[in-house]
Amino acid sequence: MKLIVFILLALLSGLASAQESASPAVPDTLEQRIKSCTICHGDEDRAGRDAYYPRIAGKPAGYLFNQLRNFRDGRRYYQAMAILLENLSDEYLLEMAQYFSSLKYPYPEPAANTLSAAETQAVETLIHTGDTGRDIPACSACHGKALMGVKPFIPSLLGLPHAYVAAQFGGWRNGGTMRGQTPDCMSEIAKKLSQEEVNALTVWLPSQPIAGEPAESGILAPELVQRCETILSGEGFVQ
Amino acid sequence: MKHANRSGFTGKQSFFVFIASMLLPLFSLAATSSSGDSNTEQVQRGEYLARAGNCMGCHTTRGGKPYAGGRGFKTPFGEFFSPNITPDNETGIGHWSEEDFWQALHFGKARDGSYLYPVFPYTEYTKVTREDANAMFAYLKSLTPVAQTNPPHKIASPYDNQFLLFLWRTWYFKEGVFEPDHSKGEDWNRGNYLVQGLGHCNACHTPRNVWGASQDDKLAGGEIMGTYWYAPSLISSREAGVGKWSTEEIVQLLSTGINNHAVTSGPMATIVRQSLQYLSADDLRAMAVYLQSLGEKHSDEGAPGKTQPMPERVRRYLALGEPVYEKHCQGCHGKSGEGVPGVYPPLAGNRAVTMTSPLNTIRSVLYGGFPPVTAGNPRPYGMPPFQHIIRDNEVAWVVSYIRNAWGNLGSLVSPEEVDSSRGNEF
Repeated sequence: MKLIVFILLALLSGLASAQESASPAVPDTLEQRIKSCTICHGDEDRAGRDAYYPRIAGKPAGYLFNQLRNFRDGRRYYQAMAILLENLSDEYLLEMAQYFSSLKYPYPEPAANTLSAAETQAVETLIHTGDTGRDIPACSACHGKALMGVKPFIPSLLGLPHAYVAAQFGGWRNGGTMRGQTPDCMSEIAKKLSQEEVNALTVWLPSQPIAGEPAESGILAPELVQRCETILSGEGFVQ
Repeated sequence: MKHANRSGFTGKQSFFVFIASMLLPLFSLAATSSSGDSNTEQVQRGEYLARAGNCMGCHTTRGGKPYAGGRGFKTPFGEFFSPNITPDNETGIGHWSEEDFWQALHFGKARDGSYLYPVFPYTEYTKVTREDANAMFAYLKSLTPVAQTNPPHKIASPYDNQFLLFLWRTWYFKEGVFEPDHSKGEDWNRGNYLVQGLGHCNACHTPRNVWGASQDDKLAGGEIMGTYWYAPSLISSREAGVGKWSTEEIVQLLSTGINNHAVTSGPMATIVRQSLQYLSADDLRAMAVYLQSLGEKHSDEGAPGKTQPMPERVRRYLALGEPVYEKHCQGCHGKSGEGVPGVYPPLAGNRAVTMTSPLNTIRSVLYGGFPPVTAGNPRPYGMPPFQHIIRDNEVAWVVSYIRNAWGNLGSLVSPEEVDSSRGNEF
């Protein structure tokens, strides 16, 4: 009898230790769960091999949430994101969006501005005043005076790699970025810009020093709210 | 156990059966007198069955309106687009009758009598009972109509010929509702019905011949047409046969997308999210019992044969993968490929890693992914995509390495194989 009890105890303790060794501690954190995101988007200012991936840390949560759903549901086209997000729920994507939005990582050093003084002047006019003759609003009218975006749905324009900014403009101009989301105000605006203006913007934006936070909501003029209404909402979004 | 009479019932049970059969007409009278309730019940049952058959999976585009169709399927015979099956009169099935639906589901015939292409798995749906078909039809008719015209099929010549389709059917289509095997239990039969019929697992998990026909109903695994995924064999113990798993483990994988041995990825993860996680505990158990029985027949074939000592050339190739593994994979999958049960799948002894086709493993490395979000696993841990991080030759090294480390045994993978595994429907 003693022997049986002994064997049973030995078996039990064996089982217990097997269970312990079988489950090394994996942190039960969102950070650990979404390593699939940070491998490209970085946990500091680390970028991919081709320095393409946009910084998402600190961007307004509603913007991130909408983009995650756009990728998943095929409205914004990028294969890697579409595959990754295919089987995720709105709730989980919202949690991810809020997480990245809350991160306050330091920004990378601005890139050099290689534009001439005249080109810089022209870009800055576009940024702060727009061109009413061509119905192009000032960038700052929507993206905030500091160009750091507006909560919760408008992204910042600074701290992004040149290649990414250039690719987005290319996508807007030929319809490759967003599919079927009409009216898509950025696409409409990007098509009104000349190629020279686009080139200058993609050099100027990454060269700007970064200061401040996304602006609080409610700064947009009513006609811009109307023009960009598809961007300024997010079903199921909670702050 | 008491001696049973010839009808299979003991004396006491026979009495109850007798009483019940006397009462039956009363119950059916009651049922017809409250047809409103029975209709709601039928619609609810239809909704459940449509989930189990995952009609939505094919009849919805990415981000599109459910059941409004329009999703494209690339096959060697052309590109097919799923039709709108919401009850819209102009663009959907608004004018269909119960009989029209049955003709499509059971006989693979369109409303005008023409033959349907077997992209629509009527080869499996033919096993669905009339009662279940009617319930699914009632459910589809209860949906809000969506006016959506979908592109016509782009069928390559000569496959657009109905006579060829007729020949195909003569050869490969066996019409007939599922017939239970009374020598087997109720669970097994229900599982068989769900796996081979409504769930149409066959549509992916079986090799297809040059004419696009499923070879048979053996679920022996095969590359999924139009995708770059391999649906593993559900009978072989070297692939995804589950003869040695407990029913609980099978149910866990089907309903949550992950268990201690395995994780669903690619199209199977999507099926778990869209369909399997909603199945009742009884139905999941039935599927598990049936799948287990399929695996049991072949559970001895995985016995390791005598392995040849590794040539030096192979050893050197595998050594290239080790540092890649240590740098990129080890953090989650562990020093010895042991993984973390229920979180990160083990790679040592993982059949998805060692099975003959390396396709799924290559794709997991290239594209990463999350297990599906399910009620049982609402915040899954993700695997990063490495297509931007490491080059094709490094992917080939590391996949070759994990296919042969820690007692695993699999063929080596070349960078060309990695490159040809790229692509998908996106």
